[in-house]
Amino acid sequence: MKLKSLILSTALAALASGASAEGVKVGMITTLSGGGAGLGIDVRDGFMLAIGQSDRTDIEVVIEDDLRKPDVAVQLADKMIQSEKVDVMTGIIWSNLAMAVIPSATAQGKFYLSPNAGPSALAGKGCHKNYFNVAWQNDNLHEAAGAYAKGTGYKNSFILAPNYPAGQDALTGYKRMYDGELAGEIFTKLGQTDYAAEIAQIRASGADSVFFFLPGGMGISFLKQYADSGVDLPVVGPAFSFDQGILQAVGDAALGVVNTSQWNKDIDNATNAAFVETFQAEYGRLPSLYASQGFDTANLLISALEIAHPDDADAFRTALEAANFDSTRGDFEFGPNHHPIQDIYAREVIKEGDVYTNKIIGVALENHSDAYAVDCSF
Amino acid sequence: MSTILIIEQILNGLQSGIMLFLMAAGLTLIFGVMGLINLAHGSLYMIGAFAAAAVAGLTGSFVLALIAAMAAAAIAGVLVEMLVIRRLYATDHLDQVLATFALILIFSEGTRWVFGSFPLFLDIPDYLSGPVTLPGGIQYPFYRLVLICVGLLVAAGLGLLITRTRIGIQIRAGENDREMIAALGVDISKLYTLVFALGAALAGLAGALVGAIQSVQVGMGEPVLILAFVVIVIGGIGSIKGALIGALLVGLTDTLGGVFLPQLFKLFMEPSAAQSSGSALASMAIYILMGAVLIWRPTGLFGARP
Repeated sequence: MKLKSLILSTALAALASGASAEGVKVGMITTLSGGGAGLGIDVRDGFMLAIGQSDRTDIEVVIEDDLRKPDVAVQLADKMIQSEKVDVMTGIIWSNLAMAVIPSATAQGKFYLSPNAGPSALAGKGCHKNYFNVAWQNDNLHEAAGAYAKGTGYKNSFILAPNYPAGQDALTGYKRMYDGELAGEIFTKLGQTDYAAEIAQIRASGADSVFFFLPGGMGISFLKQYADSGVDLPVVGPAFSFDQGILQAVGDAALGVVNTSQWNKDIDNATNAAFVETFQAEYGRLPSLYASQGFDTANLLISALEIAHPDDADAFRTALEAANFDSTRGDFEFGPNHHPIQDIYAREVIKEGDVYTNKIIGVALENHSDAYAVDCSF
Repeated sequence: MSTILIIEQILNGLQSGIMLFLMAAGLTLIFGVMGLINLAHGSLYMIGAFAAAAVAGLTGSFVLALIAAMAAAAIAGVLVEMLVIRRLYATDHLDQVLATFALILIFSEGTRWVFGSFPLFLDIPDYLSGPVTLPGGIQYPFYRLVLICVGLLVAAGLGLLITRTRIGIQIRAGENDREMIAALGVDISKLYTLVFALGAALAGLAGALVGAIQSVQVGMGEPVLILAFVVIVIGGIGSIKGALIGALLVGLTDTLGGVFLPQLFKLFMEPSAAQSSGSALASMAIYILMGAVLIWRPTGLFGARP
């Protein structure tokens, strides 16, 4: 009898201390192959760097490649929830994949920490108490570009983006903050690689500036062709076409272009300096904003795990909301809809030695939240 | 909408069409002569671009890069033909599609394994960069004019090769009757390897030329491949002339549709709705064109009549 109760109390004690004894399983679904792989690889590397630097050895990360396909992502999510029994999920890069996975994962009681995608549908009416976005709401960087254009005094912008939900959000975001005229507004095809027709229209439009959102390879193509076309209007865009992974492929064509980002490697704080240095030492390349987002996501997770295990959902959620971790962005806090409230910077593309990179030239939006937070109630 | 803009857009359409031709010519030859559906043709385009980027990075010479692109794609083509595709000639198209689709995945992941996941840098050489002023005051990128000329030269060269040389005769004979030319003593398997290498080299050349103004990245070949298939279906399978006309039609429809359809819709819709529905219709335009051609001529513009 005595022995039995001893065992029982040990078991109870183990249960109570929860977090440290049980371990935590994190499911990361991200894009590791195909055209968009650079982004997912950066998020993964940033995330794993932070996990490796922490002194916790009880965090197990299961990583799977979604091939940038929504159906694959949904299958992987089901597998992670049902057979891997993960506690927390993260990793998705693309908004269409996020929309396919996140609502059902949170409905099944899992926590989701988004290191990138921030579709508007999950920030407003569709927000969920277990969904946190550590990067930005999709519109944010475009709003900052609009604010920068307004502040610089552009009066007649030509704007273009691909014809898909995030592209439409981008133009909406820019127009929300920019108050001049529009010389033209074009939706291009998603995945388009030749922009000669659009550049000819820009040349003929009489615009005084160009705003574009063309992530990944589309942006590389546009910038190279734009630089070669002889049109020399100032260009502004979100960081997605100017991140560290892309700039080397664009080369001189990107020099001097202003772009907006919530992170840059020269943000002056100890966490960021250490992050940039250790990332470079570990992987032999400069980190991108995606890597910083992965790093911050992992550190947020670790900070919350110090307080509570995800099984104790309310306590874990409160710990996440507190966002008590050292972010590479400096101050970091969550708004009421679990999306960041943060400064968004204007950066300029420069050349450091042989490497193209960005330098902060000002703050485009200070303590910026998003337009959808008012519609969110848990 | 000024005349200058319209002329500039027509040039743009020609340029994108002529680059499509380089892809479609190889594809249509391989399909016409060997009866093989080669989905991996887009991978050869990608190999050309990556080889060009690597060699341009090492040597700084664009001409060497182009030569390397054609050589690398041709070598990859020959290897693929000898190791994989040779076993598929007798099988039906479904097996060919499955096998060449597998090749796409192998080439993509292989390229990522060698070059990494981030796009590579390949730029226009200085002597070809910048705009030139054409008669009438049109400012047009010099490099795109060069692309149009190179494409037309290749088209002329291919035309001569097919109509005037012994190899051309064998290729045309191979399209018509495989058994008969084998019986006449032509080494059909050598001819197939040669046609495959030629098609692959053209794809590699297109990849390198276009890579200089676009993004050199894994998976860059597949969108072009789809367009190239549309081109050969419109032009008629196996016909080089058809591939040229089809490519120019597709290039012009795609470019001009994207520009003018939204403008047209603005006449009777509000601007933002016109923009998005015009763009949506423009991206369908080439498929509508293909449908229309097939109704009119079920074997394509220059395809053999049954």
